[in-house]
Amino acid sequence: MGRERGGREERDFGPDGDDSGAPILHVDMDAFFASVEVRRRPELRGKPVIVGGTGIRGVVSSASYEARAFGVRSAMPTSRARALCPQGIFLPADFEAVHAASTAVMAMCRDVTPLVEQLSVDEAFLDVSGARRLLGPPVRIATDLRERIARELGLPSSIGIAPTKFLAKLGSTRAKPNGLLLIPHDRVLEFLHPLPITALWGVGEKAAERLQRFGLRTVADVANTPISLLRTAVGDAAAHHLHELASGRDPRTVTTTREEKSVGAETTFDVDVEDAGRLRKTLLALSGQVGGRLRASGQLGRTVAIKVRFADFRTISRSRTLGDGTDVTKEIFETAWALYTALGDTDPIRLIGVRVEGLAAAAGTARQLAFGEKERGWREAEQAVDAAASRFGQAVVGPASLLKGGVPQRRGGRRPGETPRDAHGDAPANPAAGP
Amino acid sequence: MKFRVERDALADAVAWTAKSLPSRPSVPVLAGVMLRVADGRLHVSGFDYEVSSQVDVEVQADADGAALVSGRLLAEITKALPAKPVEIAAVGSHLELVCGSARFTLPTMPVEDYPTLPDLPQSAGTVDAATFASAVAQVAIAAGRDETLPMMTGVRLELNGSTLALLATDRYRLAVREITWSPADEDVDTTALVPARTLADTAKTMGPLGGEVTIALATAGAGEGMIGFAGGPRRTTSRLLDGQSYPPVRSLFPASFNAEARVPVSALVEVVKRVSLVAEKATPIRLTFGEDGLVVEAGGTEEARASEALEAAFTGDALTIAFNPQYLIDGLGALGSATALFGFTDSFKPAVLMPCGDDGEAVPGYRYLIMPIRVGR
Repeated sequence: MGRERGGREERDFGPDGDDSGAPILHVDMDAFFASVEVRRRPELRGKPVIVGGTGIRGVVSSASYEARAFGVRSAMPTSRARALCPQGIFLPADFEAVHAASTAVMAMCRDVTPLVEQLSVDEAFLDVSGARRLLGPPVRIATDLRERIARELGLPSSIGIAPTKFLAKLGSTRAKPNGLLLIPHDRVLEFLHPLPITALWGVGEKAAERLQRFGLRTVADVANTPISLLRTAVGDAAAHHLHELASGRDPRTVTTTREEKSVGAETTFDVDVEDAGRLRKTLLALSGQVGGRLRASGQLGRTVAIKVRFADFRTISRSRTLGDGTDVTKEIFETAWALYTALGDTDPIRLIGVRVEGLAAAAGTARQLAFGEKERGWREAEQAVDAAASRFGQAVVGPASLLKGGVPQRRGGRRPGETPRDAHGDAPANPAAGP
Repeated sequence: MKFRVERDALADAVAWTAKSLPSRPSVPVLAGVMLRVADGRLHVSGFDYEVSSQVDVEVQADADGAALVSGRLLAEITKALPAKPVEIAAVGSHLELVCGSARFTLPTMPVEDYPTLPDLPQSAGTVDAATFASAVAQVAIAAGRDETLPMMTGVRLELNGSTLALLATDRYRLAVREITWSPADEDVDTTALVPARTLADTAKTMGPLGGEVTIALATAGAGEGMIGFAGGPRRTTSRLLDGQSYPPVRSLFPASFNAEARVPVSALVEVVKRVSLVAEKATPIRLTFGEDGLVVEAGGTEEARASEALEAAFTGDALTIAFNPQYLIDGLGALGSATALFGFTDSFKPAVLMPCGDDGEAVPGYRYLIMPIRVGR
């Protein structure tokens, strides 16, 4: 998703051509969150659907192509989207449905090749070099994959096929919506060079401004500029990187495991908050998200950090390094809360976030045991919660202090016949006794 | 105030009192040491509202009086003086110090602004200074340094009849030493949680003086929440930590062992130090005990590795257990015996280190409990 389509279409880039040197696929779902909603409610088809935070400080997660025609873009404040597109249909994101669809899409990608690098909930790189004998050439594979996603999930997607990751991503952007585009190996420069410099990965507003000062406007300009001049414009490291990209070279391979440096979650309040109880609950919920992601990915982090943005946009971070790595929500929360209370600043808060850094694989990590520590403690309780959540949905077990009137906050996930109170109150493991 | 004193006696007294001074004093006078001359003696004292240190020095007094000067500066000066008699005199708002041909002039602070030092509480009993010093050294190693858990930064004294027990734990190891002492009241049964660093400094400085150390502990009323120690010419008072909810740590010792090992202490310390060179911070060393003896290993499959075998008398089922190498070295060093006796339950339960006598039996009086590291959770 994301980038706008380039102004003029190159007339002869499409699904045809020699794909023998183009084994990288970039699969990108079209207006993913919006498409998931349209699938659920077919009467929305053809309408400007905008999914995102519907609160006053919400931002757009995704907009259907009908909404984009009004200038609505993802990451734009919802309030601005409403102004641009008053007739738009604004919906909150259904994370569970999106997550389920994402999991299904990624599973289909992995049916093609194990070399899948998931970039986010709705896009992934695939290296199909090894799948040709079994499934055919890259264009065939991409066509089949798109058809399968449409047929089985009812969702539109676009795929770029190219020799490198960078080009494949440009390809899928150009192919949108609901399209397929091949950049043959011998036509890379023909595709790349007319593009504006902002198409280069790593060139943002600042870098573009500096390059333009040197008269560089297109990718061809960058490719034809001596690297020494680029160094003057953007510095040593970036110069080399840009020159390589502009020449169609991208050494990055499709890597199935991305090494995450940290895991974090943050939230912006609709209205600034100064109530300690509310902040405590928010930190607990955020810690729960972070802990859950750590446990799901089999990682432990040694450093817990918080980020606080006050109403006046003053932003501070504080961190504490623990003796041993943790993936336990309770430990993350208690450290985060201690960090917050140590600030001694009770000004109203606009945004608060929790992050765990210094990650290492949980398997094989040594842990100093402490006296009196139970062999089966919070970690095991939380693993049980994770297992229950993966089976019955996020709402079945959770911290009691995060309950609102005993009613589950999210759709689905309950076994038939269970009352909401049963689902919460009598849960086998409830990590919320404390907070 | 004017007096003449031996350089070493002065330097020792000032160094000791200056050690308890705060590095960032809340009020400037607390950075000072007080010099007070009366009855032919010099009384040197320092105080930071939590710990007070006082020492008396024999001097040749010419005029009584008092002066308050920067403790850190005076300590550095006296340490650097030549080994000659020192003459000190308060002159107006200055202190004149002359030693041989060296002459110093230091500004003084107003004596009347200096807080009154707490009196030593009532004596609870006395203990042999050398025994006390070694006992404190044996347990203070296990005290925590994390100020967010204040209770763990203390050494707990249990005064029970003629038994004085000292305990310290940082949740990962626990050291317990029991010695006999002479209580003032034979039926005494009380506890006190003393900041470990202060206690260690005090015991270490009073040990070599010989004789007895008086332990002064207020039960109620004046001086409550304070403990005092007096040995030779030195006296210290310290605020106590709140130890009301100190956990019942003695129950952590297992009643019996599934396996025992007897290992020469100095050989094991050397091996652990050598092998742990490849163990990065916070990574364990692994000890495998079996019929053939003991193998000590560290490092992983991808990093540097090391292993070394040594003789050990082992009874029980073969066992591999991992420890923080520093915790193990601390405990071995504190045993004070040639042979260490290990008592094991299993790889994840605390192991007990005891001094082992020539008869192969555990010597009572000292126990060091160490929690293993679990590898791969």
